[in-house]
Amino acid sequence: MVDLKNVFKTYNKKKVIEDVSLEIEKGTITSFIGPNGAGKSTLISMISRLIAKDNGAITIDGQDIMQTKNNELAKKISILKQSNAINLKLTIRELVSFGRFPYSQGKLTEEDQSKIDEAIDYMELREIQDKYLDELSGGQRQRAHIAMVIAQDTEYILLDEPLNNLDMRHSVQIMKTLRKLVNEMGKTILLVIHDINFASCYSDHIVALKDGKIVKQGRTCDVIDKCVLKDIYDMDIDIKEIDDRRICVYF
Amino acid sequence: MKIRYLVLALVVLSIASVFIGVSEVTPKDIFSLTEAQQQVLFVSRIPRLFSIIIAGMSMSIVGLIMQQLSRNKFVSPTTAGTLDAARLGILVSMMVFTAASPFQKMLVSFAFALLGTIVFMKILSKIKFKDAIFIPLIGLMFGNIISSISTFFAYQNDLIQNMASWMQGDFSMIMSGNYELMFVSVPILILAYIYANKFTIAGMGEDFSKNLGLNYRQVVNLGLIISALVTASVVLSVGVIPFLGLIIPNIVTIYQGDHLKKSLIHTALLGAVFVLFCDIIGRVIIYPYEIPISLTVGVIGSGIFIYLLLRRKKYGL
Repeated sequence: MVDLKNVFKTYNKKKVIEDVSLEIEKGTITSFIGPNGAGKSTLISMISRLIAKDNGAITIDGQDIMQTKNNELAKKISILKQSNAINLKLTIRELVSFGRFPYSQGKLTEEDQSKIDEAIDYMELREIQDKYLDELSGGQRQRAHIAMVIAQDTEYILLDEPLNNLDMRHSVQIMKTLRKLVNEMGKTILLVIHDINFASCYSDHIVALKDGKIVKQGRTCDVIDKCVLKDIYDMDIDIKEIDDRRICVYF
Repeated sequence: MKIRYLVLALVVLSIASVFIGVSEVTPKDIFSLTEAQQQVLFVSRIPRLFSIIIAGMSMSIVGLIMQQLSRNKFVSPTTAGTLDAARLGILVSMMVFTAASPFQKMLVSFAFALLGTIVFMKILSKIKFKDAIFIPLIGLMFGNIISSISTFFAYQNDLIQNMASWMQGDFSMIMSGNYELMFVSVPILILAYIYANKFTIAGMGEDFSKNLGLNYRQVVNLGLIISALVTASVVLSVGVIPFLGLIIPNIVTIYQGDHLKKSLIHTALLGAVFVLFCDIIGRVIIYPYEIPISLTVGVIGSGIFIYLLLRRKKYGL
């Protein structure tokens, strides 16, 4: 379980995160939504200790993340950031292999190799595993990064806008994979997402942020609600139910 | 390019290097060396060969590490002020401690090289406009500023002549007894190989490193220390060999990728082969006289550098 208690973060006297408390259950997908500058990325970066919090407590399975050794934490929680634009010339397999670094420090064992193979197969990258990242399409590259996270084999996976720059087909493919990771492997996934319809269709819980504060958190059906969305986005958003899914019409 | 071919080229050129020169020593004589020939071989030719190989390997590897850590393909000891700072360090050690031993000189030079590189990295992190061609230009300007400081103090202290000897890389003065300091590079390069994985991870950024539980700062600092130490030891014994750390890693990246574990040995071998080749050219072109290595490497290297720049533009990088 990820547990945040009264977390604050200030940048240049501007409060980016203000008194955020929340609990995230194991084995679920939780989406963080909200307008630009709401603090979604900051929050997810703090949970993965990329950014230090100013105040409050963040614990994962009861352990304070700041007290836990970096290397131990890297086996428990992984983060994929939108800014992970790598300009090194690496093959997919090499990138995925780095996911095993917390376990092997670079000397790959047989177990590591089989985990790498599994991750590559899971993301259906077997045929192109020796291609360099700069030869890939945006969708393939994103899949390669997710394969690395799978190889890292952490219980908690954090993703910062994983659908950025992807077309519809690839977006759906990625979201289905994430769903599968939760259902089949029991992972816990937290993601920042802009498209509320993707959030609505694929997540168990949604946390809505605005100006660094939580506006609403709860099950997806509680947050995807006309009044709540009006609060978050200052927009009238119509909600239609299609095949048991709530679709927001905001055009 | 296979490692085999590089090793073969290295062996062939090494043998050639040992038998080229004014005093005649031919492969036939190897089992019946006269005393004079022995002298030439063991005091001059073989030390020269060793120093060439070490200089070629270490400057190339340092370039590779610097490029990964700065995440910029055009950063190298030449284009980051490291070489100029190392030279200023030697000058300072000569001015302040007149009877400095080579080892002391190296330490002072190392400290300056490290400081210079750190300052450059700080400048780099402050620059918003990150054009591939812009960065080496800033580095060269920064290096020239340091250089002009060196020249000023050298002029004031009548050390211009002295300084010129490290300005130009030159293997002709290498003799047994005055180059052994270069062997400092060997264990450091082995350390670089052990840390190869970590350098590559650090090359993917701080967030990426943290995600994998790697202590980013520590690895970057180690990389900078390795770079400065190796540069100082080479500059002190051989002098400045320009462009080496820039072009060799870039050529290897083209066919071998950026995974340090994979590219490090290629880089080392290609660096040694390239310097050997340039040295032999320098020795035969106006035989029996010699062109200093910095000139041959500079001419060939800058040509390759321009090619790499244009190639990058073509591929939109």
